[in-house]
Amino acid sequence: MTKDQSGNLLGQAWLVLCLSLAFGAALAGVEIGLGPKIAENKRNETFGQIPSLVPGAASETSTEAVMDGMAVFEARAEDGSQVGWVVPAGGQGFADRIEILVGLDLPAERITGIYVLAQKETPGLGDFITDEERFRHWYRNQSTDPPLEVIKTEPQPGTGKIMALTGATISSDAVTDIVNRSVAEFKVTLAGSPAASGGA
Amino acid sequence: MPSKGPTATERFINGIIPENPLYRNLLGLCPALAVTNGMKPALTMAGATAFVLICANVITSLLRNVLKPHLRILVFTLTIATFVTIADRFLQAFMYDMSKILGPYVPLIIVNCMIISRCEVCASKQSVGVAFSDAVGVSLGFCLGLASIATVREILGSGTWLELRVLPEAWPNWGIMVLPPGAFLTLGLLLGGWNWYNARREAKAS
Repeated sequence: MTKDQSGNLLGQAWLVLCLSLAFGAALAGVEIGLGPKIAENKRNETFGQIPSLVPGAASETSTEAVMDGMAVFEARAEDGSQVGWVVPAGGQGFADRIEILVGLDLPAERITGIYVLAQKETPGLGDFITDEERFRHWYRNQSTDPPLEVIKTEPQPGTGKIMALTGATISSDAVTDIVNRSVAEFKVTLAGSPAASGGA
Repeated sequence: MPSKGPTATERFINGIIPENPLYRNLLGLCPALAVTNGMKPALTMAGATAFVLICANVITSLLRNVLKPHLRILVFTLTIATFVTIADRFLQAFMYDMSKILGPYVPLIIVNCMIISRCEVCASKQSVGVAFSDAVGVSLGFCLGLASIATVREILGSGTWLELRVLPEAWPNWGIMVLPPGAFLTLGLLLGGWNWYNARREAKAS
């Protein structure tokens, strides 16, 4: 009996295996077809959010830039002068990948705001990371050095502390972690670029 | 090939009212509560669910003769998950703002018991035609369920229906109706009304 069953494993699982392959291929096809369109939508949303992320910036005049292999957005005022940066960042959240935009002032010394582009955190708990009133406002006007820290009591604004969302500490930690990591990475890139000394 | 069980027409009609997934089977309540604060998200959710249900039912029915009984749930889930991912990516590509509003509830269609129950009850036992009309009927029933809740919530909560103003500007929007408690209250009252009506009709008939 046992021998029969083990010899039969493939005979039993072939359907699942074939379906997995076929569905995997179908999904890859969908991704190839729709991926660029989705990326385009996200890019448009990013430009739309730039004024709320960097004070004084306008969507129309802001530009995309690649610095040392890092894709960023140069937030520009209506007259075209640069007023700050918007850095796209991402990382693992509680449920799925979280994608964030981080707004920075021109010398990258202060965070001027964050925006959540994509997330699938728990509805009613973790998904409050998208909410300005409940969560995102803690990041506004924070210094980029030292790294931000998540605490569970209400902090003074602008002291480098982020108040965790009730029931969603992992999501809060994840967002803060993504922000810290991307800011540190961007500061290194900025320091190494010629634009840093000359100013834009 | 004759297949046992109700015919395609019976399946289709049963799905809409007599076996309405929401009001009779109490399945798929998560989206019914979560995305019914407006007609537009409710109809989009109904459309996405219909796409997944129809595709999953057809595929399951095509595979019904090679399905191993103990692996069937695995195959159902695999099929459903694939079509949910396609629906999710499609919404992100062509209805980006709506996909933001629906958020995680689109991927959560995977765990909508209504779909797996149709695969189990109908598609894994009956021919493709029956499975298809069953899926269309149940999808219409689900759409009707979502739309009925969304109608009450959007009109009372925002004074609009499908974002068109139906109540005068002076209407004080009932904030609670667009919030989660409004969903529970509306579903409970509609369900109660539905049961009361059916009980009365049966009493009259007998």
